[in-house]
Amino acid sequence: MSVSAPLPHGCPSGLTPPSHEPSLSHLSAFVREVQGTKKLDLSIRGATCANCLGKIERSVSDLPGMQSVRLNLSSGHLAVAWQGDLAPESITETIQALGYGVSVHSEDGGEVARKREERSLLIAMAVAGFAAANIMLLSVSVWGGHSEMGETTRQGFHLISGLIALPVVLFSGRHFFLSAFHALKAGHVNMDVPISLAISLAFFTSVWETIRGGPHAYFDACVMLLFFLLIGRFLDARLRRRAYSAAHGLAALQNQSVTRIGPQGTKPVKAEDIAAGDTILLAPGERAVIDMRITEGCSDIDESLVSGESLPRQATSGQIVYSGSVNLGNALKGHALAAASDSLLADISRLLQAGEQRRSTYRKIADKAVSIYVPFVHLTALAAFTGWIIIGAPIRDAILIAVSTLIITCPCALALAAPVTQIVAASRLFREGVFLRSGDALERLAAADHIVFDKTGTLTLGEPMWAETPEARHHLKAAARLARASRHPLSRALTKAAGPGDIANDIREFPGLGLICETPAGEHRLGSAEWVQTDQALLHEGPLLWYSAPGLSPIPFLFRDELRADATDTVAALKASGYDAEILSGDRAAAVERTSKALGIDRWAAAVSPQDKATRLEDLRHQGKRVLMVGDGLNDAGALSLAHASLAPGGAMDVSQAAADAVFQSSLSSVPAILRIAKRARRTLLQNFALAALYNFIAVPIAVTGHVTPLIAAIAMSASSLIVTLNALRLRA
Amino acid sequence: MGIIVYLIPVALLLGGIGLGAFIWAVKSGQFDDPDGAAARILLDEEDKPLQ
Repeated sequence: MSVSAPLPHGCPSGLTPPSHEPSLSHLSAFVREVQGTKKLDLSIRGATCANCLGKIERSVSDLPGMQSVRLNLSSGHLAVAWQGDLAPESITETIQALGYGVSVHSEDGGEVARKREERSLLIAMAVAGFAAANIMLLSVSVWGGHSEMGETTRQGFHLISGLIALPVVLFSGRHFFLSAFHALKAGHVNMDVPISLAISLAFFTSVWETIRGGPHAYFDACVMLLFFLLIGRFLDARLRRRAYSAAHGLAALQNQSVTRIGPQGTKPVKAEDIAAGDTILLAPGERAVIDMRITEGCSDIDESLVSGESLPRQATSGQIVYSGSVNLGNALKGHALAAASDSLLADISRLLQAGEQRRSTYRKIADKAVSIYVPFVHLTALAAFTGWIIIGAPIRDAILIAVSTLIITCPCALALAAPVTQIVAASRLFREGVFLRSGDALERLAAADHIVFDKTGTLTLGEPMWAETPEARHHLKAAARLARASRHPLSRALTKAAGPGDIANDIREFPGLGLICETPAGEHRLGSAEWVQTDQALLHEGPLLWYSAPGLSPIPFLFRDELRADATDTVAALKASGYDAEILSGDRAAAVERTSKALGIDRWAAAVSPQDKATRLEDLRHQGKRVLMVGDGLNDAGALSLAHASLAPGGAMDVSQAAADAVFQSSLSSVPAILRIAKRARRTLLQNFALAALYNFIAVPIAVTGHVTPLIAAIAMSASSLIVTLNALRLRA
Repeated sequence: MGIIVYLIPVALLLGGIGLGAFIWAVKSGQFDDPDGAAARILLDEEDKPLQ
């Protein structure tokens, strides 16, 4: 193992901020051992470029006994295999030291199923494309040579087309047939019913025409339809898989082990094996996975993830530590209040699921279009059939006309209209640094009229910043020597302001009070006013730290949770566009009031619990408001998934990013931009449906009057699909 | 015109080989990590000197 110059922290491109997360412990519960080779699957967050990939793979490979290290940059999945006694924690520590977030990778069933579906759609699409190209070559010869081609040659060409089409219709068409079958079995009609009907009728009519030696076979139309429809289906599946489920992200957070203190001693066990009443240990720097009541110990607890409160709370025996909190100070012993499935994290996870379900009942514009379209097409075809019978046409001609009506009105353009628009809008947003989590999110974002902001981390930077004063500047270096020993957010802010330097010796930390360092000359103290024994009154609304040294009266260090630079402009721009704004924060009233005054937002609520946030959103929904929630903490996750639409900044908790409809990397000013693009996308989508309707308006009379030939069907279908695609591409500009 | 009796199967066979290659590539995971594949060419593996 070679020791070289330290690698830069986090992604060297600066695209993603380096992560500072509590360390993982007791990973041994997740290591699988096969014939002496140990394997571990991890999820990496923040790796975005070739440099990240190289840094992570090289650093982990340098650990002793490593056999293989492979990072999937698209999914963030790192597979590690090694031999020997290397502790799995040293792998995660190596990665964390590089500045990336890491957690145990949990491959849940949904993820695997979605991946398999996308893959099978891609193959079905390729097969249909291959067949469409080959059959079209044969069809073009038939159309071009209709006067010179002999009847036997034509029949031969139809036969070959049919032989190519049969396996393809069965193979590629199964996605539609199965879905239509399930829908009919459940007693309702979806888009796949008219599609299946059109494809199978086109196929059987063509077989019949081929056997009879008739002039028209629709094998090309039938397979081309499949190809176009599968393109739409594949794009849709891909977008949905990228938008990985919210519950999945939370599962990764929960997928941790807990130290249980049993009669046989201390042992790491998986969180799900803990029962209420077990004695558990929360080590310094560890994140609680299970709610616990402290029986022994006293420490500072960072609950910013749970409540949004930016400053840590001191917890002693008898008090409750909720899951999701991070222990900043000393080891804590306590009783588990509930199993992992009953913990606060699990409660939030259930809120998320409720939100997901709510969203699945949301009726997309595309669904509405289909519900009008399906009966229309079927009735038209039926009317054409009966009409021609009544005026005395032979049954064979009537069937052919009905079938050609079904083929030409088949919802190619309709099926492409939504996915193509969503894909183009998503890639447009991606260029602006916005990651869209689902395709229909665009529609919901476009409909929002009321915006609810979280405060800490969303409108503000989410971490205290040292507010410079000349007096404090003079003693910054000395105070930082103590501050570097502590995980307290104020100490970290001080350390950040002071930059790199050394740490004083023999520092002791007293939770809730401060730090002390005894030197021969006397005591250096850093902490609360009570800790340095001062009674100076200060006019400062934010948090502060006091520093005292031998022969020095206590010096105050002031901190502020600063507004994001563009928060004021963004809120003003949104208000000017007619959006209502309000703030829901878990922080103290004074802090929230100051923020809302600075931004000119009249409505705000402070000290709001995750449940209260959800309730407030429900109220707004009942008032008929379409709420856009913008938030970043774990306490916002439930609200994010319950809101009509939601956004999370890139620095947000994983769970919140997963619960939001879109994640914006850059500044808060992305919010109005996202809303603008979403509105444009909705307009394009509606235009596309209008174009598809116009196409039917022209095509149906031609079909019903019996003037459709396979050539006209092929041109009409391609043209309509091309037009909606080109219209969607206008969104790129 | 008799030549098409040979040409059509040959064309289908060639196209089929291409299709087969694509399906193989999808199934063997060549498309699982498009971002990683694009990034890996930028990594300089340290070449060991020839012995």
